[in-house]
Formats: sequence, C-alpha cells, structure tokens
Amino acid sequence: MVYIKYVYPLKMEKINLFMGDNLSNINKDRLVEALVKQIKIAVTTLPDDVKTAIKNAYNRERNPVAKKILSSIIENFSLAEDHGIPMCQDTGTITWFIKVGKEFPLVTELSQLLIKATKIATDRVPIRPNAVDPFTGKNSGDNTGRFIPWINWEVTDGDEAEITVLPKGGGSEYTAQLRMVSPGLGIKGIKEAVLKTVFEAGGKPCPPIIVGVGIGGGADIAMKLGKLALLRPITERHENPQVARLEEELYNELNSLGIGPMGLGGDTTVLGVNVEYAYRHPATLPVGIVTQCWAARRATIKVSSDGEIKVLSHSIDNIFEINLLGD
Amino acid sequence: MSEYHLKTPISEEEIRKLRVKDIIYISGTVITARDQAHRRAVEYKEKNKEIPVKFEGNVLYHCGPIALKRNNKWMIVAAGPTTSTRMEYIEHKFIEYFKPRVIVGKGGMKEKTLDALARYGAVYTIFPGGLGALAAKSIKKVVKVEWLDLGTPEAMWVLEVEEFGPLIVTMDTHGQSIHKEIKTKTLENLNQIISNL
Repeated sequence: MVYIKYVYPLKMEKINLFMGDNLSNINKDRLVEALVKQIKIAVTTLPDDVKTAIKNAYNRERNPVAKKILSSIIENFSLAEDHGIPMCQDTGTITWFIKVGKEFPLVTELSQLLIKATKIATDRVPIRPNAVDPFTGKNSGDNTGRFIPWINWEVTDGDEAEITVLPKGGGSEYTAQLRMVSPGLGIKGIKEAVLKTVFEAGGKPCPPIIVGVGIGGGADIAMKLGKLALLRPITERHENPQVARLEEELYNELNSLGIGPMGLGGDTTVLGVNVEYAYRHPATLPVGIVTQCWAARRATIKVSSDGEIKVLSHSIDNIFEINLLGD
Repeated sequence: MSEYHLKTPISEEEIRKLRVKDIIYISGTVITARDQAHRRAVEYKEKNKEIPVKFEGNVLYHCGPIALKRNNKWMIVAAGPTTSTRMEYIEHKFIEYFKPRVIVGKGGMKEKTLDALARYGAVYTIFPGGLGALAAKSIKKVVKVEWLDLGTPEAMWVLEVEEFGPLIVTMDTHGQSIHKEIKTKTLENLNQIISNL
C-alpha cells in the first residue's frame, strides 16, 4: 500500500536509557527519543479501554447507518495501528500532564525536553503543525509557541516521573463548555448542563464521544478537572460511589439522546462519562464539560528510579522496540 | 439503505436515484476545495474566468489534507473531512456554476444547499470524521494540485481514488436531510429526559 511510504523513517535501535547506576546519568537525548515515541504511540494507537468501548458499541448498535460508521472507525484505527500512521489528520494540540517526584534528577530540564520532543515528533511521526499565533494567524510549523505545548505539573514524593501526552483534536475542543449552574439545582442542574452541552454539540465533535465533567472549584478549575477526568480509562468508575453513580446515569441519559455516530442517529452517542470534582464555594456550582472525539488519543509512560521506562497506557513492553517506520 | 459503487463521471440520472441513508463508494476523480478555493472559484466564474479543474460529474471534497512533497512528488498522508457549514453561504452558487455530482464533508449543510442539490442534481454525503488513515488508503494518485498559493490545506487537490468511502448520503435530490430530522428528534429526546430528571 502506497501510503506507508509517506511516513518519515526514524532509525531505531534497542538501547538502554539508563547509562549509569543512578538516574542522574539519564541520557537526555534518549529521554527525548522516548518522548517522541510516546507521541507516536498516542497518535497511531488507541488505548485498550477506548478500543474495547468502540467494539462493544458496534456489537450493541441497532441503527444500520450507525453500525456502518462504527465498523469503518474500527477499520480506520486498526489500519493506523498496523501501519504506524496517525489515525486522524488532526493530531491536535499537544498537552502534557506530568507527575514528577521531587527527587527526579531532570526535574528542572524536563519542560525543555518535552518541547524538544514535540518539535521532533512534528517532523518525524509526522503530526500536523497545529500551533497558530492568534494575532498574526501564522502557524509556527512545529507545534510549539507561546505556552504551547501546555504542560501541567504535579509534584509528588519520590524520584520517578509519570508523563502523559494528550493530543486532542480541535473539532472536539470546539464544543467544550463551561456552565455556571445555580447551586440550588444540585445534581439535577449538573445533569441538565451536561445534556444540553452534548445536544448542542450534535455531530460536531465526531461522536461517539467521551465526556469529561469537572464539578466545583471555580470556573477555571472546573474546566481543568473536566480535562483531567479524560485521563482516566473509561472502564474505571470514580472511587466515590456517588460520583460513580452520576457517571453511570449520565452515560445512559446521554445515549438516549439518539445523536449517534457522527450525529446521524443511533444508540451510541457517548462511549464513556468520567467525572472529577473539587469542593465548591457556597454560592457557585461551576460545571466544566469537555467533549472528546472517538479518537481519544493519550499515552502515559513512567520513568522509574531504576532507569526503566514503562508504557502504562498501552500493552507495550519496551518503548524502544517501537518501530517509527511503520511496517 | 442501499449500497452503491459509483465511477466518475457520474450522471445526473444516477444521482437522482440516491436517497438519504444510502451508502456509496466512489472510484475516479475527487477534487478538494474548502473555504478559500470556494470563494476564488465563484469569483472567477462571475468574472467569466476559467478555473483550472473540472468538477462536473466529479466529487467535491471538503478537505484540507496533510500533504508532503518527497522526491519532488506530492503525497497525501491523511485526508479526513472538514466541517462543511463554513461553505454554506456559497455552496449553492458553487453547485450551480460547477455541477459537482457528489459533495463530501462532515457535519451537514443547510437549506440553501439542500435546494441547490434538488435543482441541479447532486447529493451531499458524509465521510465519517477522523478517518484520515482510511481516506489516505483509497487515494491512488495525486493527479495535480492547483492554487497552491492558497497553502496546502486550501489548495485544490485533484485525486484519483479507488473505493473511496463509506460515504453516507445525508442530503438528497428529493429535499430530504438527515441532519434536519435528527435535530428535531434529539431535541424532543432532550426535553423528555430533562423533564424526567
């Protein structure tokens, strides 16, 4: 098949990231290489939970047009995975989520390495340049620019780093909403906000979608929590049983809207609903609703204290064995 | 719901047979045009100036592909659809002037386009969003590219495709639109669900 030739080859060899007997000897270039591969995994291979959810939706779906769309989505993501090509031409805005131990030796340099990996990945995976100056309209060409890629930091104990990349497409980000609900309306008000947002989004975010809902905190915090909720596999319910119940109820209610795959009707409107919350101010109940297309791309790696890199989001044993060439 | 495999050039008669929810696969010539190319093509026509491609009987694709030039040859890496409503203001003129038989996009279009489809004999179809890899697979050849001064996503790419699809007919020549139907139905569902909360 011709299109395989389009993928820019990156020569890979199996090499240990760990160059000495402690992490301070991490070879920075090798870490950048691992991060480039992490982006490659994210844009070419769906996480297991999303794949399973799409396949289950296909089996359940009764609407023939919807079933056809779901089967072509499955064909598309299998093709992308098998040949190492991006599953969608919109490879999104690159956003990193970092949980870094205080003792992690590269803590001060990590953000520079993430930016470097983002630039290299643009050319080598390849991913589409999606960083545009809002004032001049100029595309930087390498997915970086002021504050982009956006990096979220969480400092933890220990000497490990857990690194997640979320390349989220523009079509699904376009339909995200913040709704300030009257606190008196309680859970019912939250549900109404989510239902109306998904209804208004219709076919635009490329359903079936995953909905991340952030509740409380404040306007900015609710939106951030909605996005953080998308990092959790859709097969896992929230640890708080009340929140878990809200997730399940919303899942059923949203699917009874009948929007269906690509907004053409059907049983499958959402693949999952993940809720995260913070305590709220007595006078406000912010609800941040983040819509995520079916191509819910994310990849997480862990750089542990013994120099080993593990892929947590995908069943891949050794990140250095991934062939960037495709097949 | 029927399935058709069509070859370009497609006749008006073949198109008028199609109904919403039919699924088609196309082999032949597909030409991409989005915001800028639409505007320029219509301007040219109104100034009696020729455009460098022929849409009649062919497929108009709302798409801004990822294109790469390697060894002096253009290649398409991924080519999923872009949102069609941005072209709504001008599409009826485009259909009248250039007579594409099939329009491919995503998200659906509105009344003016629906009227033009019936009048000039064309259908609007959806290629499912995000299927960039699948679309690239069906592209056999980049025949040529025109208006590259508009940038690679906005240029008109003339592509030779084989079994490009599934394309779902969502607006036909008989005045039917799935988009209108679904909007009404989902609004009813929304109100019902909210009143049961």
